[in-house]
Amino acid sequence: MQVLLFLAIGILAGYLVRSKRGLLAAASRATTWSLYILIFLLGVSVGANEAVVRALGKLGVQALILCAGAVGGSVLVSCLVSRVFFRAASNAK
Amino acid sequence: MRNSLIILGCLLAGILGGISGLTPSVLLHPNAAVYVLDVLLLLVGIEVGANPRVWEVLKDQNARILLVPLSAALGTLLGVALCASVIPGVGIKEALAVGSGFGYYSLASVLIAEIGGKSLGVVALLANMGRELATLVTAPLLARHFGRLAPIASGGATAMDTTLPIITRTVGAEYAVMAVVSGAVLTLLAPVLITALLH
Repeated sequence: MQVLLFLAIGILAGYLVRSKRGLLAAASRATTWSLYILIFLLGVSVGANEAVVRALGKLGVQALILCAGAVGGSVLVSCLVSRVFFRAASNAK
Repeated sequence: MRNSLIILGCLLAGILGGISGLTPSVLLHPNAAVYVLDVLLLLVGIEVGANPRVWEVLKDQNARILLVPLSAALGTLLGVALCASVIPGVGIKEALAVGSGFGYYSLASVLIAEIGGKSLGVVALLANMGRELATLVTAPLLARHFGRLAPIASGGATAMDTTLPIITRTVGAEYAVMAVVSGAVLTLLAPVLITALLH
């Protein structure tokens, strides 16, 4: 839950510094690098865990199925919603 | 796309480092990732807060636009919940958490790995990365068969950045604001839903 507090503080801070381009560019670079570090750390803890390494193939299949469900579900529901609420948005032909 | 490859490279480098045992053990300290994660969320917040289009929509009277991210979220959760029933070993809560990444694979994977375990973190990374990739590849097809909102919904949180170019090229620049708004709402919803589901 602590992370959400940081998110909220960030949004407020971002709003306050919204016109400071240099600062925002620096924040964007920092975002990219902290991501790389975190994903690397995730990899290290995965690699150090033998059970997880052995399950990588299975995890990949699970991911594929969930991905299909996420894309399929969101597309179908948005299709329904656009027919009901956004008449102009459906029929892109 | 280039960014996704770098992210995959970081993951692979980490996995190989972890397997070989060459990486210093301090990196395995559970708090190492937590601190970086806090910083990351702060930075993500700054980017959202500084985006003028996000605030414009709040002033906008037309709240109908919020139906787009809401239907994308609802559809995603229904879809993954359905999948959870056919995948052995994945509970409905876990599947919903993975789906709640809405394509925001970087944040979703580290957050889920932190509170839901490493294995689920890997699933979240691959599933949400796949979502971005699928949107990039199928956007024109989705728009033709399921309407102009379909690629925006499929893009999820990425509709505000990585998949925005293909979306506007496919459904028209007049949908750019809608895509950005939808992406921004889902970007904010992702960490909230994930923490709520796994805590």
